Amino acid sequence: MDVLQIREARKKFGAVTALDGASFELRQGELLALLGPNGAGKTTLIRAVAGRVKLDAGEIRLFDRAITWGRTPPELGIVPQEIALYPLLSARENLEIFGRLQGLKGAALTANVRWALERTALVDRQNDAVNQFSGGMRRRLNIACGVIHKPRVLLLDEPTVGVDPQSRDRIYDMLGELTREGVSLLLTTHHLEEAEARCSRTVIIDHGRVIAAGTLHELVEQTVGRHRLVTLRLDKPVDGAALALAHGGASVEVDAEDPRVLRAKMHDVALDLPPLLERVRQTGHLVDDVEVRGPSLQSVFIHLTGRELRE
Amino acid sequence: MILTILKLGWLNLRRDRVAQALTFALPIVFFSIFASVFGGQGSGTSRIRIAVVDEDHSDLSGRIIEGLKKETGLRVRTGLNDGGTGTLDRAAGEQLVRAGTVPVTVVIPSGLGASFATNGFAGGGPSIELLADVSDKIAPQMLLGLLQKVTMSAAPDLMVQGGLTQFEKNAGAMTDQQRKAVQAWLPTLKPQASGTSPAGGETPAAMGVGTRIVDVMASVTRRGSLVSFYAAGIGVMFLLFSAVGGAGAALLEEIEAGTFERLLSTRVGMTGLLLGKWLFLALIGFAQLTVMFLWGALVFKLPLFSHLGGFVIMTIVTAAAAAALGLVLATLAKSRGQLQGFSTILILTMSALGGSMFPRFLMTETMQKFGLLTFNGWALDGYLKVFWRELPIPQLWPQVLVLVTLTVVFLSLARVLARRWEMA
Repeated sequence: MDVLQIREARKKFGAVTALDGASFELRQGELLALLGPNGAGKTTLIRAVAGRVKLDAGEIRLFDRAITWGRTPPELGIVPQEIALYPLLSARENLEIFGRLQGLKGAALTANVRWALERTALVDRQNDAVNQFSGGMRRRLNIACGVIHKPRVLLLDEPTVGVDPQSRDRIYDMLGELTREGVSLLLTTHHLEEAEARCSRTVIIDHGRVIAAGTLHELVEQTVGRHRLVTLRLDKPVDGAALALAHGGASVEVDAEDPRVLRAKMHDVALDLPPLLERVRQTGHLVDDVEVRGPSLQSVFIHLTGRELRE
Repeated sequence: MILTILKLGWLNLRRDRVAQALTFALPIVFFSIFASVFGGQGSGTSRIRIAVVDEDHSDLSGRIIEGLKKETGLRVRTGLNDGGTGTLDRAAGEQLVRAGTVPVTVVIPSGLGASFATNGFAGGGPSIELLADVSDKIAPQMLLGLLQKVTMSAAPDLMVQGGLTQFEKNAGAMTDQQRKAVQAWLPTLKPQASGTSPAGGETPAAMGVGTRIVDVMASVTRRGSLVSFYAAGIGVMFLLFSAVGGAGAALLEEIEAGTFERLLSTRVGMTGLLLGKWLFLALIGFAQLTVMFLWGALVFKLPLFSHLGGFVIMTIVTAAAAAALGLVLATLAKSRGQLQGFSTILILTMSALGGSMFPRFLMTETMQKFGLLTFNGWALDGYLKVFWRELPIPQLWPQVLVLVTLTVVFLSLARVLARRWEMA
């Protein structure tokens, strides 16, 4: 079931087109990664879903109700990219403030604060001022303040930026628990490996348009295919044309910048790699290094956008 | 190395327009304002407004009033209202001074004309009273001199007549011939009364009509009241600074930190958010002024507790308006640097014109009118009414009305300006 539907979202800021007809949907209980380079329109899209950006055209529906500009639906939780906390207040006080502003009070507020502190493993530090927290703890509390009212859909803008791998794991464990409880999550990220490993589906956005959407398997099938990318580093430059002609199984390319590096796409590495190595040996070259890479979001992204995902 | 540090400072200053404005433009702006306020510049006149109460209704009193009206340095009212309508008696004249409407009310007492006609130069009759707020060191003294001049030049014939009466009383009656000669001479003196007396025609006080200054504010504890003036003046100025600083922290810092966006994504909404911030700033402002006046009461004997009602009313409306103005400036500014630069200029300008640094009632009439365009002007007028003029609370209504209206206008303006954050 789709909990969030974005249809042909368009938005211009002056002469700059931020959204150019973006369309996709978020399903019940999934963790969807919104992937794209800087300036692709990710944050604008998140803010539009939150009712903070008025679209020029298109529609966003949450639980089949159109989002009204200027009003964030109560079913929605938002975790901004910035650490949007009050540093002089304690973790508990921050949670209580944002809980009250979300309409919670009394026993419900107390219960939700307790729940959020437990989820973020901050129970022991609940009375400490936030400015004494580590980067990872602040990130976790930043998320906790976004889920204090237990939203059914959570939008997270770069929730793991600037944190160490352990904190990142902890944050994803937290997000995983939320999805198991039925919360649907949409997160923007620069980290391809995170999106690949942690998210159930990925939407790739560039220049304000969705250029691909699906599971990793679906994206790979749609774009680069199932073959492996084999990279050979040789001891000296090589004539690639001669090699490719001589080698019938896979297409071989010589790196334009480094003529000692060969790349070949292989459907069956066990079958196709030995003849290539043999041919290299026959042409009088030694192999310094061999790398075999399976299809990844990185290759999908490069295939679709023609460039690496820049920071 | 040192030159590199020098270059670093120069490069930063060259690219920071706000810092440039604060460094070079601000002193020029302030010099101009202070030169205008204290130097009496500007196109307007600096005429002293006075009220005249005629209890005598004699030929002499009429001539004195006409003489005063012809003085270019004075603006005379003889009625309760500025247009001359309404009966002006002594009590009403005193009230005009107490309310700060005029700095001096001249009371021409009953019997002055008759006494003058009898005694002439010898004096001895009732004195003209100047009901004044003696904290104004200029107006009563200036009027004292002008009155001497006017009485001497307005009624020389009456004075001579009185002098001759005295002469006859002490030296014997004049002959008929002498009397005829005097009667023929007296009318030639009279026309001089219709014109303004020549410059430099001063007459010693003993030669003219007796005058005395009555301090109508004498019942007020002067020292404490003076302290209350400075407490209000400085308090309102710092209230503005803290309101703007607080609004900057409340809005611009939160925007930079990202908490503003988060707050807006809750159920509070922009209107609720601004009202909440305004209420907080207003309460802080109220507390700030209260602490200041309490300190004044404890240390400088400021009569706070005897004027508590007026103080509370003025402080509520002043703090509310200052907080709302702070929000307007914060919603107008694009950055904290811009807010700081612009608000410093605005607040110090308003404080100078509005009387936070120098009492408005001692400024020229033109500058006093300019002062009414400022927030400080109205707030300080209210505090002066409470502590200085000791007027009853209902008389604060113009100041309260203006400050409440300003609050509503400022809040509405801030809400409109805040739409840019919603549209972003």
